Amino acid sequence: MSIERVWVLAEAGEAGPVSSVLELLTKARSMAPVVEAIAWGPASSSHASVLGSYGAGAVYDVGDLGDALPGVPVSAAIAGLIEAGERPDVILVPATYDGRDVAGRLSARLDRPVVTNVVDLEVEGDEVRSKHGIFGGAQVATACLTAERPWIFVVRAKSFSAEDAGGPPAEVRQASLGESVAASIARTNAAKVLARHAEERSGPKLDEATVVVSGGRGLGSGESYAMIEELAKLLDGAPGASRAIVDAGWVPYAYQVGQTGKTVKPTVYIACGISGATQHLVGMKGSKNIVAINKDQDAPIFSVADLGIVGDVHKVLPKLIEALKARS
Amino acid sequence: MNVVVCAKQIPDPSSPQSLDPETGFLVREGKLILDDSDAYGVEMGLRLAEESGGGEVTLVSMAPGGEVSGLRTALAMGAAKAILVSDDALKGSDALSTAKVLAKAVERANPDLVIAATESTDGYTGTMPVQMAELLGMPSVTFAKKVTVEGDKVRVERQTEAGYDEVECTLPVVVTVTAGVVEPRYPSFKGIMAAKSKPVDQLSIADLGFEPSEVGAAGARQQVTSVVDAESRQAGEVVVDEGDAHERVLAFLEQIKVI
Ligand SMILES: Cc1cc2nc3c(=O)[nH]c(=O)nc-3n(C[C@H](O)[C@H](O)[C@H](O)COP(=O)(O)OP(=O)(O)OC[C@H]3O[C@@H](n4cnc5c(N)ncnc54)[C@H](O)[C@@H]3O)c2cc1C
Repeated sequence: MSIERVWVLAEAGEAGPVSSVLELLTKARSMAPVVEAIAWGPASSSHASVLGSYGAGAVYDVGDLGDALPGVPVSAAIAGLIEAGERPDVILVPATYDGRDVAGRLSARLDRPVVTNVVDLEVEGDEVRSKHGIFGGAQVATACLTAERPWIFVVRAKSFSAEDAGGPPAEVRQASLGESVAASIARTNAAKVLARHAEERSGPKLDEATVVVSGGRGLGSGESYAMIEELAKLLDGAPGASRAIVDAGWVPYAYQVGQTGKTVKPTVYIACGISGATQHLVGMKGSKNIVAINKDQDAPIFSVADLGIVGDVHKVLPKLIEALKARS
Repeated sequence: MNVVVCAKQIPDPSSPQSLDPETGFLVREGKLILDDSDAYGVEMGLRLAEESGGGEVTLVSMAPGGEVSGLRTALAMGAAKAILVSDDALKGSDALSTAKVLAKAVERANPDLVIAATESTDGYTGTMPVQMAELLGMPSVTFAKKVTVEGDKVRVERQTEAGYDEVECTLPVVVTVTAGVVEPRYPSFKGIMAAKSKPVDQLSIADLGFEPSEVGAAGARQQVTSVVDAESRQAGEVVVDEGDAHERVLAFLEQIKVI
């Protein structure tokens, strides 16, 4: 049975579908003739033109979820469509917080395995081969599901590049939960969002910036992170961080680059006082250029750097900042 | 309050890991330790149980060969007891089969609150706790960076792309915690001694009502066809700072037209 139909979980923020959704739609086009999206939220149907443009022929609209978290209701809606006879061969899910919730719930509901940390997908005849990073991204395993379809894949951001296909707006199909389904999930859907808090951040977004300047434990203290912010600002870039300094509470989690944080692919990534653990590398080694400043010449970060500076961040960064200021 | 903490026992991550080239399974040799990611959950569970006045923490774990060394660490931190599922048939289990097995074991402890890590250090699929919640018929709140319990409700600050959401849910519920939520305590000498005699209830899959075909490699329904080293980048030039390294950085940024 060939791959005929791919569904993409189309998570959206205020500005429309998140970028990994567009990446997944682009990939889905090359996998199957029929590509469809699953959307939810107060403005879900307004995304039909973008989703269509990137290749979705139709979008199943689950509708506004109110104060519920998406995991339970969206997975219930997808399961409902499948029970009603829809037959997707593959479901692609972006590796976001909500995406992982939906994929996990759906997997248990449908009794289908889910493959996570996917970085590449290839259709080979009647099979889909997925590649995923293991051991913090040090190795890549190729796997193949032998379960019944649909096959669920949770894909890491930036695994594919998004290309607009100029398609017509996707046809909107209602997929809202009926009363009986809503009643059946009343218990599992009990979590309610009371308030949403956004962390203030100016400048380009970490996962979209062309320059990313990241700091690690080698900065020595939270105060020194100001150098990272200043350098990022001078280069029109975004500041990032290793998990060590996020865990230490120096910067919010939203700054984290790596396996459990953001994947970034800027024109240049400048790593300051970061050792280069595999879990950090997996989030940044796709950068076009990498500059590393570390006082330990054996630090693993140097093995991926185009330019490595063996030096003290407290000496190199202030001079770099001064020199950039002098130029502007 | 009965708190269940899912505690994975894993090979020491500082020693190199590998997959068995024949079976494609993770090679698990030597002594297993408590996954660091779960130490946060254990600490969180202990605090919430203490605050609720009169609660206790039960650990639930699935590990080969009756392995308990990681569990002993968590028991030494203060957990009251443990349920360990150990069975040869579980070899090669994927996240969903693991969730099925753990859900059955968790049910036995009759929990008000189930805590797990957002993802394990060695496998990090990051879906197991939610799959387990679905099978338990419980709600879930993932990526918690702060957790408090008041009466029959849990309040969670849940990590989001933009910042965090304040989420409330009635118990029982599955909560997954991120690293760094709390500082895990070090087991005291007294704790370590006490842990030796704390009960560990060891179960087979038959005890939980499973057939071998439902779990392990048979239940996983996937095949690893190959494992290769990730593409590595070519290392470039490395210069030692002699006081002028910032000029090298500037020149590099100019060359790639960033400035
Ligand atoms: C499941 C799991 C997921 C993880 N996910 C992530 C993730 O998403 N992102 C992530 O980053 N990590 C992640 N990690 C953690 C990762 O393994 C490392 O612990 C972390 O990346 C280390 O951060 P660091 O490089 O800042 O600190 P360290 O490893 O402590 O390195 C500090 C570096 O600074 C250098 N240094 C010290 N002083 C100076 C100075 N004055 N000037 C210049 N250099 C100096 C040192 O030589 C050293 O190389 C994860 C780990 C696990 C187990």
